[in-house]
Amino acid sequence: MHVDIYERFWMWGAGAIVAIFLGITAFAAISQGRVPPSHAETVDPRNVWTDPRFAERGVKTNPDGSVEVTMVALMFAFQPNEIRVPAGTPVTFRLTSADVLHGFQIIGTNANTMLVPGYVSQFTTEFDRPGQYLIVCNEYCGLSHQGMFATLIVEEGE
Amino acid sequence: MMHNRQLATANVGVAVGAFGVATFLAFMQALSRAALDLPWRSPKMYYLSVTGHGVLMALVFTTFFIMGLGVALTTRALGRPLRYPRLAWLAFWVATVGSLGALWAIFWGKATVLYTFYPPLEAHPVFYIGLTLLVVGSWIWSAVTLGTYAAWRREHPGVPAPLAVHGILATIIVWLLATIGVAAEMLFQLIPWSLGLVETVDPLLARMLFWYFGHPLVYFWLIPAYVVWYTVLPKEAGGRLFSDPLARMVFALFIILSTPVGFHHQFMDPGISAGWKMLHTVNTAAILFPSLVTAFTVTASLEVAGRMRGATGLWDWIKRLPWGNPLVSSVILSMILFALGGIGGAVNAAFGMNSVVHNTAWIQGHFHLTVGSAVALTFMGGAYWLVPKLVGRDLELDLLARVQPFLWFVGMLLFSLANHVTGLMGMPRRVYEVGYAGNAITSHWQNLTLVSALGGVLLFVSASFFLLVMLGTVLAGRRREQPALEFAEPLAGKPERPLIFDRIWLWVVVAIVLVVIAYAYPLASHLAMERFGSPGFKPF
Ligand SMILES: [Cu+2]
Ligand SMILES: [Cu+2]
Repeated sequence: MHVDIYERFWMWGAGAIVAIFLGITAFAAISQGRVPPSHAETVDPRNVWTDPRFAERGVKTNPDGSVEVTMVALMFAFQPNEIRVPAGTPVTFRLTSADVLHGFQIIGTNANTMLVPGYVSQFTTEFDRPGQYLIVCNEYCGLSHQGMFATLIVEEGE
Repeated sequence: MMHNRQLATANVGVAVGAFGVATFLAFMQALSRAALDLPWRSPKMYYLSVTGHGVLMALVFTTFFIMGLGVALTTRALGRPLRYPRLAWLAFWVATVGSLGALWAIFWGKATVLYTFYPPLEAHPVFYIGLTLLVVGSWIWSAVTLGTYAAWRREHPGVPAPLAVHGILATIIVWLLATIGVAAEMLFQLIPWSLGLVETVDPLLARMLFWYFGHPLVYFWLIPAYVVWYTVLPKEAGGRLFSDPLARMVFALFIILSTPVGFHHQFMDPGISAGWKMLHTVNTAAILFPSLVTAFTVTASLEVAGRMRGATGLWDWIKRLPWGNPLVSSVILSMILFALGGIGGAVNAAFGMNSVVHNTAWIQGHFHLTVGSAVALTFMGGAYWLVPKLVGRDLELDLLARVQPFLWFVGMLLFSLANHVTGLMGMPRRVYEVGYAGNAITSHWQNLTLVSALGGVLLFVSASFFLLVMLGTVLAGRRREQPALEFAEPLAGKPERPLIFDRIWLWVVVAIVLVVIAYAYPLASHLAMERFGSPGFKPF
């Protein structure tokens, strides 16, 4: 099979681009722990409100100082709809949906996950800048989807 | 052959009709999204319109256009009529009836579930059954095309298939492999559930099956566009195909790499482990390779064309290309937009960066460059080339046809750049309004939604030009014997012996192995896990 010399160069270049892309992604995943939220845990969506893991919602500080936020998404709100967490502390979010698919995105950060009924979404992040953040549902969930949001307040750490 | 021409015309006709309706919906959405005060503007209309636009463009327009193009290209390239013409008509009617059913459900407000129809949002059963019939129709078309190819193969043992047919075969294989996922979702989950035969559905399993289908769906659209780039564009530009064997390699690579990548749409999903998401990322990166090779081969073919037209210096060949030929300008502009889309796609596919853009306006900016430009603009250009030959009339209003691709290019640049930027700023996609009770951050998005609306207006004008040219050609074009469909000759002459890339069965086997590696374990362990189903909801 004859391949033009320039095209040969190009193909090596294309292969290199693919390899570099994968190298960066693998490096970020392995050395910096940059992996997408992939927690596997199920919950009965019809019993979310009484399930012990979600019966009490809001912000909880663990004995080791880490912070845990539990929220439930429903048509068309987050429960609770305002949370306060300290800056510069790892915060673990535990979230699920009580009805259809919802999204959970904290605008201005890279906190973003799908909320799938029957499954628990969990990820840990840290907020460096104190201030008020907008949390939106970014997955269509019905006619009032555009009204589904909550507020995150990051307070100066003590 | 007359019969086949009518069949191709019917398929392209439905495609153009679907495009026309969808483009009108898109226009309304762009204005609505910019919060312009339209009559009847309401969330109900907006989400209904988003659903209609997605289904009509992504599923109806593309599938019918590909069926029509496929019939025209294969019968011409093989030099023989379709093997089972009646079955081919059956395919057309099954797909048409199915599409009409789905559209009835959408426009009567019974299926406002968007074109991704994620459960537990629950649409009317006719919506699911209609879309299933559309797929069944496309399967019958696939079988007819494969049967025609098999008949030709018996008559011509040992010669490589014409390149256009090689590409159409790749399209069909990708499609047959991909639709297993959506068929399983429809038959085992959504149809019985919407009929009330089962009470609950597992939404995550549905997403896995949907995206098993959803990514190769993109290649089902793109491969026929590449067929036009490789086999029609060089000829129309007045040149030759730079490399026939590499084009065959590209199609073979698409057969194996299109499907085992679906988790890159589910990076943000719970319940799928990061390791499997990473494997799909590797495959996704690999699929960049055939597109990069295509960029070289097609550009080199254009340079050959320019030089055959007498170009001398380094860049002179670009000026010498026949920019007034709407097929040539459409395809070149669609390639430029696709290059931009490819860069954005690399961000989407990067594991870590995806969380910044997931479900933001960035995504709609991205896929309007890929399917909305690389595919749709190529198909429009293809229609300018194909439809006159199918109906035996001159292209009418050809001034509009010449302007239209450039308008699309500018409109799409505005639309998609605005959406990429607002997406990076966090603005979600597919939302009726982005005010969020006057939250301060949203004020930064507002001006850009106006830019995207302006882009939408230009796109609408462009699409209207296209529709006028099509209508004018079919109704009023001068009846005249048209030049036959012709394909580009390779620079190095026609291949005489088949290459490894022509051994389609080999690539099918590799594709199946890769799919099993990518999906068998995650699916099996998902099914083995304790799961709770969801009842349906109809909040629309
Ligand atoms: Cu929601
Ligand atoms: Cu994809």
